[in-house]
Amino acid sequence: MTSLIIFYLASCVVLGGGLAVVLSRNIVYAAFGLIASLSGVAGIFILSFAPFLALVQILIYGGAIVIVIIFALMLTKLEDFRTLSDHKHWPIALVTSLITLGIIISTAFYRPANLTSRSGLDLSKLADELFSKWAVPFEMASLVLLIALMGGVIMVRKIDSRDDK
Amino acid sequence: MSWQNLVFYVLGAVGLIIFLSLTVMVLTWIERKFLARIQQRMGPMRVGPHGLLQPIADVIKLISKEDILPSWADKPIYWIAPLAIFVPAIAIWVTIPFSETLVLQNLDLGLFYIAAISVLSVLGLVMAGWGSANKYSMLGGLRAVGQLISYEIPFIMAILGVAMLSQSLSLIDIINDQSKIANIIVQPIGFLIFLAAGLAELGRTPFDIHHAESEVVGGPFVEYSGAHWAIIQLAEYVNTFAIAALIAVMFLGGWSWPSMPFSGIPHHLLSVIWFLIKIYAVILLIFWIRGTYPRLRIDQLMSFGWKVLVPVSFINIVFTGFVRFYNLHWSILTVLSLITIGSIFYLIYKTPQQSRGENSIRIVPSKEAASRPPENYGDVNVR
Repeated sequence: MTSLIIFYLASCVVLGGGLAVVLSRNIVYAAFGLIASLSGVAGIFILSFAPFLALVQILIYGGAIVIVIIFALMLTKLEDFRTLSDHKHWPIALVTSLITLGIIISTAFYRPANLTSRSGLDLSKLADELFSKWAVPFEMASLVLLIALMGGVIMVRKIDSRDDK
Repeated sequence: MSWQNLVFYVLGAVGLIIFLSLTVMVLTWIERKFLARIQQRMGPMRVGPHGLLQPIADVIKLISKEDILPSWADKPIYWIAPLAIFVPAIAIWVTIPFSETLVLQNLDLGLFYIAAISVLSVLGLVMAGWGSANKYSMLGGLRAVGQLISYEIPFIMAILGVAMLSQSLSLIDIINDQSKIANIIVQPIGFLIFLAAGLAELGRTPFDIHHAESEVVGGPFVEYSGAHWAIIQLAEYVNTFAIAALIAVMFLGGWSWPSMPFSGIPHHLLSVIWFLIKIYAVILLIFWIRGTYPRLRIDQLMSFGWKVLVPVSFINIVFTGFVRFYNLHWSILTVLSLITIGSIFYLIYKTPQQSRGENSIRIVPSKEAASRPPENYGDVNVR
């Protein structure tokens, strides 16, 4: 019963945040709505016995990615973004999002998730799996991040740098 | 969840908030007295003996002051920001134990929970900076983002080093693991990294550039007054107390090192007292640093974070993994750590601090300047 109430609360946060992202006229409000939405997803992860994933969600999305988005927004002129939802490409966005929604819903009906019977995954078991069975994809992911980092450094670097050598 | 559990959690949370608020009052008094003594002043003396009732007077003043809303402010964000700072600060304390049994909820992922929740406090600072619609607030908010995200990496890496040593993320396990030898002796470098990164996360001197009085006036908090300002200050001091408690848990051995020859009720009582003594020792260290060191410049702060703390924290992880993997004696890790600290200090000492670049401003005597051709300083593309 308690978990059902928490589930509906978290879902409200997710949906409300998502609506704020899409409908808000102010892009900073949209960014804060994104944080609310992603934190709500973390709540749903906790209910599905994945506390580690929930904390990763808060750490990566709530703490890092959206903050960097807001940081970038603050460095721009906000007047350029005032009417983002009036963008002329909105029919494409509508079709794409409806297709995505259809795929998600059909997947949920095709294989209904049985969440209540599952027990929590032990952190050490997760680590064993990650570093034995899934070691190569894990390393590939780190390689991708490294390349992104180096790309960022190269793009930011000026040829004629004024910085101290 | 049964209703007994619910009552326990609600009462525990209320008790925790009351305890933390009282602690913050004590901390403000200690900070003012301690700083005053460092500067050969008396500090607060008027209210009560040695100014002991000063915090109560402060609280009454702050609550009765007017809460001002700037007319340009972004209203909802401006009002939510103090809560966004305050809630993570309190939420961390759910899993910090005061003794073996005196903890609201011991989590298996305790350290990771603390790392994840403490990141969220950036959000409040950004909201305050944005919502105030003030250029100093805005600059302070931007500085806070840059600083806190940079120092998040060494902060989490230091936590990881401790977790590797004790093979657990639960705070009680970590404390019990140190009953023989504390982590500060095994891993002194981890302690230094965590202290520096923790100070940066708190925004305390020497890393207080996001609310530096002489540069951005008060950073994100310029426009706040009255009760909202009090909430922000409360959160700052609660965070300070939390970092001190984490250092006491992770590196000073909590209540279990050195162990005390008692059992039963006296043991629990003494372990709480022992733990609080360690926390307050760390707090005094933090205040001492504040009274001693000047503030870093923003470029120095960034280069210290990325060029010193991040590589050193990776070295720490590698050494810890090496010693754990080959099951070596802990003293080898101590020696490796000390060698690293020594070489880092040597390298920093050897690095020229002021490189005279092409575009730095040079001061020349007026006679010489008159005879010189005018130099084009601003344009980079001249060469």
